[in-house]
Amino acid sequence: MAAYEKFVPEIPPLHEPFWAALRQHRVELQQCRRCGQFRFVPSELCPCGSPEYSWAPIAGTGEVYTYTIVHRAPTPAYQQDAPYVIAHVTMDEGPRMISNVVGCDPSDVFIGMPVEIVFDDVTPELTLYRFRPRS
Amino acid sequence: MAENAWILGINMTKFGKHPDKDALDLASEAALAALKDAGVTMKDIGVLAYGNLMGGSSGQMLQKQIGQTGIPVFNVANACATGATALRTVILAVKAGEVDFGLAVGVEKLSGAGLLAGGTRKEDEPTWTPHGRFGAVAAIDGRIGTETMPGVFAQIGMEYGYKYGGTSFELFARIAEKNHAHSTLNPLATYSKRMSLEEIMNDVMIAYPNTRPMCSANCDGAAAAVVVSDSKLKTLSLEQRRRAVKIAASVLTTDPWEEGCQVLPNVNTVTRNGARQAYETAGIGPEDLDLVELHDCFATAELVHYDNLMLCEPGGAVDFFNSGAPWRDGRMPVNVSGGLESKGHPIAATGIANVWEICHHLRGEAGDRQIPGAKVGLAHVIGLGSTCGIHILEKSAA
Repeated sequence: MAAYEKFVPEIPPLHEPFWAALRQHRVELQQCRRCGQFRFVPSELCPCGSPEYSWAPIAGTGEVYTYTIVHRAPTPAYQQDAPYVIAHVTMDEGPRMISNVVGCDPSDVFIGMPVEIVFDDVTPELTLYRFRPRS
Repeated sequence: MAENAWILGINMTKFGKHPDKDALDLASEAALAALKDAGVTMKDIGVLAYGNLMGGSSGQMLQKQIGQTGIPVFNVANACATGATALRTVILAVKAGEVDFGLAVGVEKLSGAGLLAGGTRKEDEPTWTPHGRFGAVAAIDGRIGTETMPGVFAQIGMEYGYKYGGTSFELFARIAEKNHAHSTLNPLATYSKRMSLEEIMNDVMIAYPNTRPMCSANCDGAAAAVVVSDSKLKTLSLEQRRRAVKIAASVLTTDPWEEGCQVLPNVNTVTRNGARQAYETAGIGPEDLDLVELHDCFATAELVHYDNLMLCEPGGAVDFFNSGAPWRDGRMPVNVSGGLESKGHPIAATGIANVWEICHHLRGEAGDRQIPGAKVGLAHVIGLGSTCGIHILEKSAA
């Protein structure tokens, strides 16, 4: 298997539970213990001000908030995939997450498109989340 | 109850290219002229706030030119709201009762600066290596849209059109046409030559729908203001009291938390919140304003700020412009100085220069471009990242 040549995240301790859950093909986000709100990307405080949170699973479904189609990729490894889609997706629980929309032609993506998370084990240590269309 | 603060003296230099002067020369010129305008000297000043965002000088360096009296100096930086922040810093000290007089100065050497912000993409190498926590995420510029200012503000205008309809390339160009017409009456503007709609639309496209004359003019310039307390003003001459301009509101806001705002600037919410606070503090509404200087860093920005400053109904900015309202002979003159597009935008000077423009009209000293009978005006700036600064100014009753 060829070496993985795309970007690899450097994971701060606060973010570790998110990536650990992805490795087990689950999506877990911080949920505030005071107001119940989910948030992403990880942060020490909830917007409500509370530092108390748990890592809790989300359904993994949402809608495309906005997107762009990349034709000129940042590195040769990414260029092989071009054109590809980068989308902001509003998850059903509220937070927005960014990733690719895969499993359809880029020109089929639209704002409001229902999508769901799929898992991509890019190395034994690293699993990424992406989105695919959901009917 | 904290006491009121007043603008006692204010000045701006000619905006444009000053190859023979550095930032300190320009700052000294504006500061000394503001002191003279106020009828006071550096010996009276209790606090100095100084803004020079792109660097090259500091308040302490200015003191060495115009008077070292040992007073506290605040060197402030707040993106394009730096000048407004310097002004608000001395207003706070005056209102707190710590000093009777404060001096705020903003200066920039920006001629030939080109596009601002963005450009991180050019540092890319074929292979990517993470460096540290923030380097762990690649820069988004050029990958997910753009961070260059022309790109960001082009999107903001297009978004308004997407949401409410009625916008077009020509509509945005007509906003720039207005400001370039206004500046023909402003001898201190960077550009004071009238531009036709055709010239504007056929100029170099920077980021659709903004061509070059629809972007703020990078230029050199400085502005300075002397602020005085209410109680001190009462002891000054009738002439000083008559020309003093009341600061009815001085507001700074930043982004409230919202989903997605960790990545994307939102110039609308930050301005709308600032305007709401400023009107409430001043006890007036937008309908009471006689003129407005708003942050038209791009023609697209001017359109959305008609709405954000509540000069029109929500969603009504296109109709507001098409009615002729923001022209100098309209019912709500906007950017009669020529605005950032034509007067120019030496970053840290802008948030004091727009107050200077308003004061000029309230004092009845604006010459050919005087808005007759002006009593109340609003000056607005935003800096990305984000900050909004708003000052509402009222004519003296003395």
